[in-house]
Amino acid sequence: MARPPTAASAAPIALSPWRAALRATPTLLRVGVAETVAYRVEFVIWMLTTTLPLIMLGLWTSVAAEAPFARFGQREFIAYYVAALIVRNLTGSWVVWQLNEEIRRGQLSFRLLRPVHPFVTYAATHVSSVPLRSLVAIPFALILLVTSARDIIITDPVMLLILIAALLGAWLLTFFVLIMIGSAALFMDKSVAVFDAYLGVFAVLSGYLVPLALLPGWARAIAGWAPFRYMLAFPVELAIGFYDSRAAALRDLALQWAWVAVVIGLALAVWRAGIRRYEAFGS
Amino acid sequence: MRAALRSIFKRTYETVRAVGGVSFRIDRGERVGFLGPNGAGKTTTLKVLSGLLHPTSGSVVVNGFEPRRREAAFLKGITLVMGQKNQLIWDLPAAETYALNRALFDVPRADFDATMRELADLLDLENLSTKPSRQLSLGERMKCELAAALLHRPSTLFLDEPTIGLDVSMQVAIREFIRSYNQRYEATVLLTSHYMQDVTALCPRVIVIDKGQLIYDGDLRALVRKMHPSKLVSFTLSGPIAPDQLERMGEVVSSEGGRVVLRVPQNRLRDVVSHSLAALPLVDLSIEDPPVEDIMRQLFRRDAGPGGEDHESAAGGPLG
Repeated sequence: MARPPTAASAAPIALSPWRAALRATPTLLRVGVAETVAYRVEFVIWMLTTTLPLIMLGLWTSVAAEAPFARFGQREFIAYYVAALIVRNLTGSWVVWQLNEEIRRGQLSFRLLRPVHPFVTYAATHVSSVPLRSLVAIPFALILLVTSARDIIITDPVMLLILIAALLGAWLLTFFVLIMIGSAALFMDKSVAVFDAYLGVFAVLSGYLVPLALLPGWARAIAGWAPFRYMLAFPVELAIGFYDSRAAALRDLALQWAWVAVVIGLALAVWRAGIRRYEAFGS
Repeated sequence: MRAALRSIFKRTYETVRAVGGVSFRIDRGERVGFLGPNGAGKTTTLKVLSGLLHPTSGSVVVNGFEPRRREAAFLKGITLVMGQKNQLIWDLPAAETYALNRALFDVPRADFDATMRELADLLDLENLSTKPSRQLSLGERMKCELAAALLHRPSTLFLDEPTIGLDVSMQVAIREFIRSYNQRYEATVLLTSHYMQDVTALCPRVIVIDKGQLIYDGDLRALVRKMHPSKLVSFTLSGPIAPDQLERMGEVVSSEGGRVVLRVPQNRLRDVVSHSLAALPLVDLSIEDPPVEDIMRQLFRRDAGPGGEDHESAAGGPLG
């Protein structure tokens, strides 16, 4: 068709995709926060529905009141489940629903027409919900500090740094697994069904339902190999002092980030294959 | 019910060729109308051109790029406006979508401010950008959609039904805007619309497709002439004339109370008009093309395939 644009005076200066994404990030985050704030009430209600750890906490502490369970006494159960609630709160996202909806209604087209990869724009939306999520997490963090749990949570600065890296890893791992499931909607009518199945497996193998140490041996073996524990149990166990040495913590951190790389690769593969089939529904 | 049960176990898929054998070239600065009945493949073609759909075969080049690769430089040079879809963030003011697009398209602040001023002026955006998008009327929203789609000043515009659902004055405003954008930036415009007025007012050239096939590409007026090699000559008479005088001039479409409409073949038009001016007691006289809607109706009917109702097709020669 026409020759390359010359009249477009907002001239495309050739930037690498990553630099372009980086330059757009502050605005993406600001608009993301504005969006989260616009939906603040729904958002807080949605977050408060993730109270499964509190139910489990109630159950297990009454069991542990009689006698400790493996290395778990009441103090450990409180620390574990409150930390699990905080980690889940900070790392969970609704990107599967978002992708399903945008693919089904053809709204994904607008993301595809913008010169920054949709993964970046989705990530920005979900990162920008973290500040509001933190507001919900803070009261729970206080529980850790005022109950006996404070005796076991980590204070070593190096371990705290590892914990921050582990939380970031858990966020990325969760986000890209969900992106992968969401992108499956490019192949099937609704991949939300896959997500429901995934949640079941995740609840058991990530330590969300029950600490992994309390699972039967065979299930513990599976959980040890699968990526799910790096989304939740790993940062939780780190935070509540279950790691005896920095070396052991660093080894698991390396494994976690290896999983992050694998899952990003898989998510990109599913996405690329799916986008060729995208039908951009609706006129 | 039985079909529903069967589809649980065995789904049959049918491959439908949406568009095939459509070839055209558009030069910079052209305004082209893309016409065809519902389901003809217009929107599909626009989606292929903007890189959303991956064609299974054939080649597409837009501004020197292969659209399906969606390279950043390609995306910065085009825009796709879909009249039935919103890119505006529903619960935030349009200004937030503008800010987002400014960042994503990496438009320098000064250029952005200048473009926004121009767009606000052309589209009369005053006060619209600060209201949440959900509170805007359909017409207001379309103005903001256009601003959001054009603030990176693309040189190629794919407009799919940009005036759908709008009232007549808003349609005219959008049309005027598209024309001035095209002229100001020498932008290429490919437009689909169900409102023939959009096409006749904006597009000297039309591409007509039906069932995914290209059936005409060229000048809109030439198409009209080809399909209907006659014009409508209307005049008002100030006094009576002999009835056979009218019949000698052309086919009488109507004649009531001094108001006469004749259908006159192109090759006799000059003679008929000069005769009328010289010999008839005229109050006024006008020459018109038959309405484009009629032409289109006729065009798609003749293309209905073998055995289709093409009794009117004798009016035009072969197209293509």
